Amino acid sequence: MAMPTAVTTRDAVEQRLRAGGGDTAGLLLQGALLLSLLVALGVLLVLIGDILIRAIPVMTERPADFLTSPLSSRPARAGIIQGIVGSMLLMAFVAALSLPVGIGAAVYLEEYARDSALARLIRTNIRNLAGVPSIVYGLLGLALFVSAIGLGKSLIAGGLTLAVLVLPIVVITTSEALRAVPGSIREAAFGVGATRWETIRGHVLPYAAPGILTGTILSLGRAFGETAPLLMVGAIAGTFSGGGLGDMLTGSYTALPTIVFNWSGQPQDEFRSLTAAAIVVLLVVILLVNASAILLRNRYDRKW
Amino acid sequence: MTESGDPLTVQTESKPNPIGEQTDKQSNGEGPTIRLMTTLDETTQISPDAADDRLPMQFPDEEVVFELEAVSCFYGSFRAVRDVSLQVPKNQITALIGPSGCGKSTLLRSFNRMNDLVDTAHIEGSIRYHGVDLYADGVDPVEVRRRIGMVFQKPNPFPKSIYDNVAFGPKVAGYRGDMDELVERSLMRAALWDEVKDKLRHPGTALSGGQQQRLCIARAIAVEPDVILMDEPCSALDPIATLKIEELMRELKENYTIVIVTHNMQQAARASDVTAFLTMGDDRAGYLVEMAPTQNLFTRPEHRLTEDYITGRFG
Repeated sequence: MAMPTAVTTRDAVEQRLRAGGGDTAGLLLQGALLLSLLVALGVLLVLIGDILIRAIPVMTERPADFLTSPLSSRPARAGIIQGIVGSMLLMAFVAALSLPVGIGAAVYLEEYARDSALARLIRTNIRNLAGVPSIVYGLLGLALFVSAIGLGKSLIAGGLTLAVLVLPIVVITTSEALRAVPGSIREAAFGVGATRWETIRGHVLPYAAPGILTGTILSLGRAFGETAPLLMVGAIAGTFSGGGLGDMLTGSYTALPTIVFNWSGQPQDEFRSLTAAAIVVLLVVILLVNASAILLRNRYDRKW
Repeated sequence: MTESGDPLTVQTESKPNPIGEQTDKQSNGEGPTIRLMTTLDETTQISPDAADDRLPMQFPDEEVVFELEAVSCFYGSFRAVRDVSLQVPKNQITALIGPSGCGKSTLLRSFNRMNDLVDTAHIEGSIRYHGVDLYADGVDPVEVRRRIGMVFQKPNPFPKSIYDNVAFGPKVAGYRGDMDELVERSLMRAALWDEVKDKLRHPGTALSGGQQQRLCIARAIAVEPDVILMDEPCSALDPIATLKIEELMRELKENYTIVIVTHNMQQAARASDVTAFLTMGDDRAGYLVEMAPTQNLFTRPEHRLTEDYITGRFG
């Protein structure tokens, strides 16, 4: 199809170039998009602002005391130290279990497994597992770790449950980080006579490490904030077995999100502020975790 | 290679004359047919436009590094290369030329079992390396690649220091000698030492494209291979860097056998001793049209397809 020849005299060109009457539809769309952004941000700000305001009494009157005191039914003395310790232990558990297993699974899937129908099915299913509601993992933990294996409602059972919960996320993020390492790097290593494992250990894993780290840290943040599965597998906000680490692992335990859930159901007004303060602590920890992930990513971001 | 009476087999200056060997082998009085191929596989259909009037070049046994017999390369059920039979001579530069998609890179990658890394790839026929079938049971592809190094189309240094780039191969091969010395020697042979000797700890990826490619060559020769395969090593480089690499290749052939894939005909003409021309058949599989001393192939191509290609009528 022949294009009509453009008239190129100065007047004609000027007339055409200045003829644009503005893009009204475009402007409207731009406005709508901006509005969406404001709504999303606005809701978040109101939420955080509300929590901060509610938390002011506790945060100003006894900040240190709140962080270091044990749980109590008397609002004036209640603190969250057990929740902090419980959550930290859970995180350690999750990290120790889900990182090696998840990274190992991803390395196998990406570097060793042939691209068969079975491998694709497994990949798809891991993605689906990452989308399964966490309460379902709670039920799994209750049936498997608490009852079948007989760990009881212990911190170990809770840690295992959370580890299984974040495992698919670790596998997915690790897989993506591995896939981001270009094939030419693998070829280069194979080309000088490296074995598969030498190629992976010497090149693929180190270059993927920042991405793997970022993803796994984010998944730890997710585990830190999970409440529902912990409620299923027995994190409570009541009596505690004291004593050493062994007792802490096998006895009853609590976690920060569990405390938030528990306090929010208390009738006394004073608990409102306590709940808000606990939420603030939870948010700060999660923000710190996410920020460290972003910092790591920016620090080691690699251009190929 | 043709019957001994063919003028094209008259050897160019430096090469040992393979004709005596060849005629010894072909003691029967058959005409200039595609005998070598057909004896290997009677059912093989050679397409009518193949080089049916010229045998693959043959060299004395001790000069042969690779011997391919009726090699076909497949990706799944797709045949990318069909029935290639040829010999690669020692301490020479053999160029594989041909239009894009004719399977020359695929063929090259089957020389050191690099195609093993592609799940769906497999070959038929045999590739013998100093007489040993590379695809026989029990042959370790890792050991194969240690002896048959490779330089790739796009320079692919590891995102590590220049030193570590060169030292990686020897390290995984269990080299126990003086690593500093080996790194220096490899970089020198790759004509890169003078440019990088003061920044061995700098990342290899910070070098220019041409330097990166020479670093990759240094990395390849650091494991003391026997053969270096080069898969369009200059296609991402500017002309000056290209000339440097070609010059380097000519020096390297003293110690190594080099097989280079290129779709730059001038490069093949300038840099190689022997040239094999491949093209794509109607079934989209690449096949060998003819192989000859480079000078002969470019001045007096035997086959019409070759002539069309080197004169720029297609490709």
